[in-house]
Amino acid sequence: MSKEAVLPDWLQLMLTSFWPLLRAGLVFTVPLAILSFVLGLGVGLLTAVVRLFAPKPLAAVAGFYVWIIRGTPLLVQLFVIFYGLPSAGILIDAFPAALIGFTLNVGAYSSEVIRAALTSISRGQWEAAYSIGMTTRQALRRTILPQATRVAVPPLGNTFISLVKDTSLAAAITVPELFQQAQRIVAVTYEPLILYIEAALIYLIFSSILTTLQARLEVRFGRHGGFMERAR
Amino acid sequence: MIRLSGIEKSFSGNLVLKGVSLAVQEGAVTALIGPSGSGKSTLLRCANLLETPDAGTVEIGDVRLEFSGKRRPSQSDVLRLRRRTGMIFQNFQLFPHQRVVENVMEALVTVQKWPKAKARERAMALLDQVGMSEKAEAWPATLSGGQQQRVAIARALAPSPALILCDEPTSALDPELAEEVVDVLRTLAKDGATMLMATHDLRLARSLASHVAFLEAGEIVEEGAPDAIFGAPTEPRTIRFVRSLGA
Repeated sequence: MSKEAVLPDWLQLMLTSFWPLLRAGLVFTVPLAILSFVLGLGVGLLTAVVRLFAPKPLAAVAGFYVWIIRGTPLLVQLFVIFYGLPSAGILIDAFPAALIGFTLNVGAYSSEVIRAALTSISRGQWEAAYSIGMTTRQALRRTILPQATRVAVPPLGNTFISLVKDTSLAAAITVPELFQQAQRIVAVTYEPLILYIEAALIYLIFSSILTTLQARLEVRFGRHGGFMERAR
Repeated sequence: MIRLSGIEKSFSGNLVLKGVSLAVQEGAVTALIGPSGSGKSTLLRCANLLETPDAGTVEIGDVRLEFSGKRRPSQSDVLRLRRRTGMIFQNFQLFPHQRVVENVMEALVTVQKWPKAKARERAMALLDQVGMSEKAEAWPATLSGGQQQRVAIARALAPSPALILCDEPTSALDPELAEEVVDVLRTLAKDGATMLMATHDLRLARSLASHVAFLEAGEIVEEGAPDAIFGAPTEPRTIRFVRSLGA
């Protein structure tokens, strides 16, 4: 009796669909998550700085943006961008539409994390930077941001892991990412339980790897051994 | 010429400085004493514009800035003045994400755009001066309070300020650690640094200062040589305060 003959059908199905699913993950899910996270962090930093330091009208615009994004479902936002905007004459392909949606989303959520991290750095640190002649911009870049980064890494890691899972929503706007690939295979095999569990496992692998990376990043940023206040 | 004239400052309607004038003798230590809330710290912070005076004039060397009501000083004026002063804080405020030597280099590299190697050389010389050169590569969090304050002194000295402002430099330290900081400040004073110092520490004021100003409720009540202020004060309020110190 050959070895293949004893493999149960469900395992056989899992093995044959593993590579198509993983490939969809590597080609669409991972790049979508990484790109929108990096761009979103840029948007988030800008939004946080504008809300804290810019003149009131500008800060209000930034606050409005955060309010809209945090107050509406991500899925609805994606639908507005991909299915809605064409009615206004703005046609965006599925992948860039998803990228825009996720970037705006990460931007809004991370801006709150970054804002909290920036305000957590004591006034005394600003004053120390000013006292040696720094401008506000120099103080922010050299003194406040590096310390705020350390505070922000754990919650931003959470944002990133959530994002990786949320990219499955892009399936709804026709991006052929991991979850949509699973749906397609289900449409042919009629095996939803096996395929969706397998998709879940691949998401679990991705987020586990990311959690490990996040832990390393925390160690890297924590290398100066804590803040003076804690050491005393 | 280092002079504060007619400095007024209020916080939300509460007048903290009522037109204070003070000349700081160059190459000597001037001590500001007075009860908590008398305005010593605020006066000090007006000298490097961490607080913007509502009225008055701040004059440090060739920089002379006049303040009146609404007009805020321009950023470039603020920077010009700040770059002639250094400040030592009660709770040190070293940059925790930078090593000791990087803390001292920071003003030279970021503000004065020195090449790193040259800045490091000066930083090491200053750390040597405050007895901290062995800890050059340490993180601030690993140092004792006294060591942190000595590094903070080196950091303040790095840009060669015309005036060093000390805001309660020993108040966060227990007596033993305070002593090592006082020793460093004493050496600085002997070497001719110009300092303006707000302090509760009687020993510090007495042993370092050549001029003492007693501040109460936002006014200078009495000023003079330390022996006169501590030994034979004339104003009743000064007498009461000095007696409360147990001098």
